[in-house]
Amino acid sequence: MLEADNLECVRGERRLFAGLGFKLEAGELLYLQGKNGAGKTSLLRMLIGLLPPEAGEIRWKGQTIKSDDFRADLCYLGHLNAIKEELTPLENLLAAARLADEELSEDDALDALEQVGLAGREDLACKYLSQGQKRRVALARLVKEKRPLWVLDEPFVALDTAAVDWLAGIISGHLQRGGMAVMTTHQLVTIPAGTVRELRL
Amino acid sequence: MKDRFNLYRFASPATFYPLAGALIPWFVAVSVVFGLAGLWLGMLVAPTDFQQGEGYRIIFIHVPASWMSMFIYLVMAGWAAIGLAFNTRLSGMMAQALAPTGALMAFLSLWTGALWGKPMWGAWWVWDARLTSELILLFLYIGYMALTAAIDDVKRADKAGGLLLLVGVVNIPIIYFSVKWWNTLHQGSSVNLTKSSMAETMLWGMLLMAMCFWMYAIAVALMRVRTIMLERERHTDWVKAELAGGEK
Amino acid sequence: MSPQSSAATSNWPCDVRPTSSRHCFFVIVVSLFPLGIGPEPDLLRKLAPGVLWVAALLATMLSLPRMFADDHRDGTLEQLALAPHPLGLVVTGKVIAHWLVSGLPLALIAPVLGIQFDLSADALIVLTGAILLGTPALSGIGAIGAALTLGLRGGGVLLSLLVLPLYIPVLIFGAGAVDATVSGLGERATCHCSPHLPLPHLASPPGHRPPP
Repeated sequence: MLEADNLECVRGERRLFAGLGFKLEAGELLYLQGKNGAGKTSLLRMLIGLLPPEAGEIRWKGQTIKSDDFRADLCYLGHLNAIKEELTPLENLLAAARLADEELSEDDALDALEQVGLAGREDLACKYLSQGQKRRVALARLVKEKRPLWVLDEPFVALDTAAVDWLAGIISGHLQRGGMAVMTTHQLVTIPAGTVRELRL
Repeated sequence: MKDRFNLYRFASPATFYPLAGALIPWFVAVSVVFGLAGLWLGMLVAPTDFQQGEGYRIIFIHVPASWMSMFIYLVMAGWAAIGLAFNTRLSGMMAQALAPTGALMAFLSLWTGALWGKPMWGAWWVWDARLTSELILLFLYIGYMALTAAIDDVKRADKAGGLLLLVGVVNIPIIYFSVKWWNTLHQGSSVNLTKSSMAETMLWGMLLMAMCFWMYAIAVALMRVRTIMLERERHTDWVKAELAGGEK
Repeated sequence: MSPQSSAATSNWPCDVRPTSSRHCFFVIVVSLFPLGIGPEPDLLRKLAPGVLWVAALLATMLSLPRMFADDHRDGTLEQLALAPHPLGLVVTGKVIAHWLVSGLPLALIAPVLGIQFDLSADALIVLTGAILLGTPALSGIGAIGAALTLGLRGGGVLLSLLVLPLYIPVLIFGAGAVDATVSGLGERATCHCSPHLPLPHLASPPGHRPPP
């Protein structure tokens, strides 16, 4: 369970939000909404522990998120793809899994790449891929992702309609397995399964 | 609950600002008194050195400036440690307020050292261990100021500057001993800076001047920290009230 | 696979590419000195340790800004910071990777350049050893500077301002060891090298937080 209490965020001189709190249970999705500059990304960075909140506390399973256990349960996908241009999609996927201490066989990785529509491009350096294709390489990580908490920053950006539906399916599968997800998005996307909660900043 | 918390958070700068303002005139006054006494003792009372003539009197500036340059760096590192350990906002401001004075002291020490060195050793600069270390200390000050000036986010600036100060303070003894070792290895100039027997009046003169510099450093640092506070907290109520009160 | 090795290997292909230019810089700077000073072998032999070491410092400096900048730009740094490994280990991995593509090749090139300066075989061995021992410290201290200046305007120049004063002990001991061999003092100098080396590991952990 992810809990946030009384969070406050100050960027520069502006207080973006204060007294913000929520609870997220297994199988629930938290939709963060708000206009540009409302502090959506700042809130996400607080939730993953990269930005210390001005005030308030965030707990994961009742414990502060500063523990190593939290990071072992967390899968974060930022608005940057975190893929290396010089590596191939396959190498990127395997390196990311290794860094996250996850078991990922080469077959699983190839399967994930096929699902995101990159079959036949596994061995091409990522710098030759289009923006949307690079995003898909980053999203391919989610296919075999077993960690319970997903934090996704604008996951639907740069995707075509088919890919949006596919990703919505992946997220609902994760929720059905009892996972949790927090995400921001500007597009209206319906996630078929799980309880959806909204938070407007 | 929220209001009390905010009050606590803003407590230190809001209360420190008027306190610092009240203390500054005292430190300035004490500094002037010590300075006059020290200069009188150093320039008029202390006997002429039979080897070095009148030129040696520059030590009444040189030695206190060198002391202060090292001491201020330590104080800054102390503030940095407090800031990193307890996440207090005042400590970062204090470290930043002290830095220019520290750099000034290091520069003064080098400059007066050069002025003193020319008549004594016949050279403006010798690669003596102390001179070299002092020069490196000046570089460390400049590096700190450049780093904190380059970072727009004050929290990050304080943190980065604090880390740099701590790394620097660990490195200073290593730098000093390495330079000393380098100096003996190269057997360059046979300059020996240690004084034989120092007349008591000279020692007193130097101590008085050191006190003068010390009080000056505190006064200037307090003035600077007040400015930094106003700038950083310009969106808070107490600064707005302060500025509105000043305009009337 | 340990976190260090995975951090080190995952960066390997990305760090190797621009490596050659950084080492060409080292070769060119060192080769400029005889042109500026003159070809007298005695003078060159005397200057060689200092010239080689200063050039090695500058060559290391040149590659420092990229230590975290690429990872910061493409988002990998966030993933590294969020990985379920102690951050210190990850940073150590980055430092090792940097040393492998920066310090190690310098140590291999240095003896060849030393021959240009007419150094004796003994001095060449000490030179290689000193650069091998000293460059990890350069990478470690440099990591602190690279982390502190990450993403700043004029970060490269600022980095040199922060890091070069801290490099002085390495320069003194490194060049001193070679110098001592050249002037016949022998190995006495080399053993002075060691006290400084553990330092960067004490001080390296700040290298993590990507700026918000």
